[in-house]
Amino acid sequence: MSHSSAPGAVAAAPPGARASGRPVRHRPLSRAAKPLLFCAPFLVLFAGMYLAPIIYAAVSSLSTIRRSGLGLTAPTKVFDPLGNYTRALHDDAFIGSLGRVALFGVVQVPVMLGLALGLALLLDAKSARGKGFFRLAGFLPYAVPGVSAALIWSFMYSPLSSPVNRLLAHAGVTMPFFGSDVVLWSVANIVTWSWAGYNTIIIYAALQSIPAEVLEAARVDGAGAFRTAWSIKVPAVRGALVLTTVFSVIGSAQLFNEPAVLQPVSAGSISSAFTPIMSAQSAVAAGNYPYAAAQSVILALLVGVVSITFFKITGRRESA
Amino acid sequence: MSAISTARTDPAAPGTRPAQTPHRSPSLRPAPNRRASRRETTVTSRVTVTALLGLSAVYFLFPLWWLLVSATKPFGEQFSGSGLWFDGFGLWDNIVRLGEQDGGIFWRWMLNSLMYCGVGALLGTLFSALAGYALAKFDFPGRGAVFGLVLAAVLIPKVLFTLPLYLMFSSVGLIDNPLAVLLPSVVSPFGVYLARVFASQTVPDEVLEAGRLDGAGELRIFRGIVVRMLLPALVTIFLFQFVEIWNNYLLPAMVLGDDRLQPVTVGLVGWNASHVAVPPPLVVIGSLVSVVPLLLAFLALQRFWRAGMTAGAVK
Repeated sequence: MSHSSAPGAVAAAPPGARASGRPVRHRPLSRAAKPLLFCAPFLVLFAGMYLAPIIYAAVSSLSTIRRSGLGLTAPTKVFDPLGNYTRALHDDAFIGSLGRVALFGVVQVPVMLGLALGLALLLDAKSARGKGFFRLAGFLPYAVPGVSAALIWSFMYSPLSSPVNRLLAHAGVTMPFFGSDVVLWSVANIVTWSWAGYNTIIIYAALQSIPAEVLEAARVDGAGAFRTAWSIKVPAVRGALVLTTVFSVIGSAQLFNEPAVLQPVSAGSISSAFTPIMSAQSAVAAGNYPYAAAQSVILALLVGVVSITFFKITGRRESA
Repeated sequence: MSAISTARTDPAAPGTRPAQTPHRSPSLRPAPNRRASRRETTVTSRVTVTALLGLSAVYFLFPLWWLLVSATKPFGEQFSGSGLWFDGFGLWDNIVRLGEQDGGIFWRWMLNSLMYCGVGALLGTLFSALAGYALAKFDFPGRGAVFGLVLAAVLIPKVLFTLPLYLMFSSVGLIDNPLAVLLPSVVSPFGVYLARVFASQTVPDEVLEAGRLDGAGELRIFRGIVVRMLLPALVTIFLFQFVEIWNNYLLPAMVLGDDRLQPVTVGLVGWNASHVAVPPPLVVIGSLVSVVPLLLAFLALQRFWRAGMTAGAVK
């Protein structure tokens, strides 16, 4: 490992020695192969753990499981390329889960990023005091694993323990956190709580890289704090906002931990097909793997389309 | 540790300036006149900004405060009172009870979590570093394709691979096997991405060239020189991956049916779902015990986190 022994006897060899000498036959080959060898462990595992599952899912989604009669005989697998996909597109529970998550994303992502942008601007404001503390406070929830955050919030929501409702009781109000209309937003709150601080830090870092001269120029031109924030700071963090939006959209699509943790205590308002991933998982639990695979493929395609569309739209506006 | 903290090549440098950069720090002088100078801040704006930030801090800290307070209450009183202030001290007793439930399985879960996350992140960091470094510093056929794959994989939800992985693992008999958690955990496209960013920023070509002229092999250059230069970045990648594995609930929940193999997150959720068999206060105490090590790690290693986040964000 030590530096000093590295050169050794070989160091004495002049650079020209590379052209002659014993290993010359292998050199060109190994030159090209070495970087690939560096990548090999990652690539091999990547192929096994990323590419293979995709192919596996795509292929297995093309067969349908047929159960005969009363299901007394073993189910048989039949090649039926569109069977699972047609079934998924007619499955109210699955379509409902897609709609629910779309609604979730459309509301939660802007709310969370609005909050994150606001907090980043506040932290960046000259008037802010105790920046270190506030940054840390927002950052701590990110340090809490998603499942633990959901567990903690399940206690915030549960009628048995809710300290929030205890506080609200003084005002004579009770929040039905697990009500069937409310529960989606209870989940949204957990996600917002977990990720707002993370996004704040990314946006704050982008704010920090605005050149001081630009801000000084705005000040000289007579721009106040709000004007500077709106006309200079917000446009300057567009890249960070696009990125955090895409990551948040992807995060919404794979919504699973929070509803799954709340499900047993939600008194039935979180169904087993509350989100697409939960729906696919319950298909696995029911033994219908190909159907679960088809749902995964549909979800992956939708996420891809949404991400690419969003990148395209924001990219076009930038170049226009 | 000293090597890390004194390293000259700090990946935190781009994008993450210290909180108080000289040109932005507010003047210590109080504003003489509201209208006269816009540079100074007014009392009103200071109060408003601080109040809004304070409100956000209450929101972020409230559940954690409740967890801390509740877990220290005497056993069985977790859900009584407002939950906002300490009321008797039973933390040690609570932790003892936590360890006694189901034959001490809680500590086994914690060890499992540490093992999955530690081994997974260590190997994952190594593989990411090798691949990221090669992508940053070598020109080879297929480089663009590999990097394209990495970027695409960063953008595809990892959860989507979990169900097919479960199917694959069950067809080769890897269910209830720690490898079923470890193998997917070791692959980190985001780690490769970070390693590539960091390597192209912090490893100068001249150093590599010098190493080659000295006759050192590529692997030796990597071990002896590159790893040292990348050390702070490697810590960052390790931390990110550690937490990613800790956060991945669906994979272990699906591939590990045997509760003696489960990580603490899966175990606790199982307890939470079985209210009858396990007293709910144990879930509160278990949540605190499982979250504290991560919180401490975050606090201690903050600058690495920020380096990783902003390197991931600034393209």
